[in-house]
Amino acid sequence: MVTMQIYLPIAEVSVNAFLLLGLGGLVGILSGMFGVGGGFLMTPLLFFIGIPPAVAVATEANQIVASSFSGVLAHFKRKTVDLRMGTVLLIGGLVGAALGVMVFNYLKAQGQVDLLVKLCYVVFLGVIGGLMFIESLNAIRKTKSGKKIARKKHNWIHGLPFKMRFRVSGLYISVIPPLIVGVAVGILAAIMGVGGGFIMVPAMIYLLGMPTKVVVGTSLFQIIFVTAFTTMLHATTNFTVDIVLAVLLLVGGVIGAQIGTRIGVKMKAEQLRILLAMMVLLVCGKLALELLLEPVELYSLGAAGGH
Amino acid sequence: MRALGFIFALFLALPAVAEEVVLGLSSDQVSINTNFDGSEILIFGAVKREEAIQDDPRLQVIVTVAGPSKPITVRRKEKRLGIWVNIDAVEVDRAPSFYAVASSTVLGLALSDTEDLRYRVSIPRAIRSVGAPQNISDSENFTDALIRIKSKANQYQLNEGTVSVDEQTLFRTAIKLPAALTEGTYKARIFLTRGGAVVSKHETSIYVRKVGMERWLFKLSRENALLYGIMSLAIAIAAGWGASAIFTVFRR
Repeated sequence: MVTMQIYLPIAEVSVNAFLLLGLGGLVGILSGMFGVGGGFLMTPLLFFIGIPPAVAVATEANQIVASSFSGVLAHFKRKTVDLRMGTVLLIGGLVGAALGVMVFNYLKAQGQVDLLVKLCYVVFLGVIGGLMFIESLNAIRKTKSGKKIARKKHNWIHGLPFKMRFRVSGLYISVIPPLIVGVAVGILAAIMGVGGGFIMVPAMIYLLGMPTKVVVGTSLFQIIFVTAFTTMLHATTNFTVDIVLAVLLLVGGVIGAQIGTRIGVKMKAEQLRILLAMMVLLVCGKLALELLLEPVELYSLGAAGGH
Repeated sequence: MRALGFIFALFLALPAVAEEVVLGLSSDQVSINTNFDGSEILIFGAVKREEAIQDDPRLQVIVTVAGPSKPITVRRKEKRLGIWVNIDAVEVDRAPSFYAVASSTVLGLALSDTEDLRYRVSIPRAIRSVGAPQNISDSENFTDALIRIKSKANQYQLNEGTVSVDEQTLFRTAIKLPAALTEGTYKARIFLTRGGAVVSKHETSIYVRKVGMERWLFKLSRENALLYGIMSLAIAIAAGWGASAIFTVFRR
């Protein structure tokens, strides 16, 4: 058995290169199968193998930029990106990311950043995983009845001011809701090291009423710029972006995604979603236990703040 | 007057070290490169003396290696609202990033308490903690935790009886450096003791530094963070794009 240890220059830990390639590949397979970014699974997995949370979050943001890049190009070719909506979401996203990094850095100085990141994960993974699980169970039950829930065309959102026409999406709505969605996703991107697609996509469909075919391309467009901005903020204020780690995860991830897409085609959508829901709940459970059970070592070391 | 001065100078020179260390290191430089997975330095040497070997008390040798010191915050978790949260914190003023003590016998026998206090040889003495905040009464628990955590990671080591001494003249020991190593100048000290008292002391430096790509990336990330960030994004995008392009070619 060849063990190829690799010393990560920024994380300052030595890890097995094959383990990183494998993790990248595993998350890549899942993201290919389910069509999700995978950041929300990768970041906690990096915690589990001993990468410092601050490095995991910042590096994962860098990796998401790269893995979304070829995706958004494909959507541009198919003209399934609403640039105007994307830009509004992006403006919100940049503000949110800046806020998120500020909160992150403040809590890092207080020694609470690990707690914040883990709490965010437990809450979001728990909610999303739970909803997905219930929804896909219902979907499996209802497959025979063949009913589809109609998209709401008019809701309270249409009463808000500052309306704008979004031609590609065929919408004429206020810019306030997409701005708020953008801010929320930006904060999550900065704190959790995720793209935030898992929040943005449902919000775009159910809240903004965007047609499904432009949702993925538009969210990828926003994600690329927000995570690129987050990467720069982390790189310049925390010095926590580890490029060696990012590249290893990426290479594994791209290969995995290709395999995953092929597996995904052969499986039923409901089965896929219930599998993903269980995965998400499993990671959530492991993180929750870490917070709830008495740790073996109550003490932890950190660099002294204040410089 | 001059003669008196001469005699005085002679007196000063008289208690000059009777036994002295002549030192060798397997290497005075440790390079952290991409496949760095820990390292081992051999510290060996001889005792130079101008008189007959004294048999009692026997000569003991203590070797310490210390990494660069930094203030460290030690935090303690407590259960609040059902979850474990960092509450109390104590700042340790100076704690070496790495510290190893190797001795030819039990450290307590090789070195008296007063000499330990003077030269800061044992692990607890190598750490300096001035004062804890008023609300914390058990600050020693925090320094104990620091030593415990660092020892578990092999970053603090007490290796008693690992210095071999031949004929009270030749000595050697090996210090294992863990994979998670901080850059900097490491200080190696060699003490010769008799009956717990230090009779001679020798110091030398070992340079631990990242080399090649590791060094370049680390330096760039600190000194030109903006450029490093842009470069990270560019490399990652290129790698992601390249890998998927290769796959598209293969699929055809």
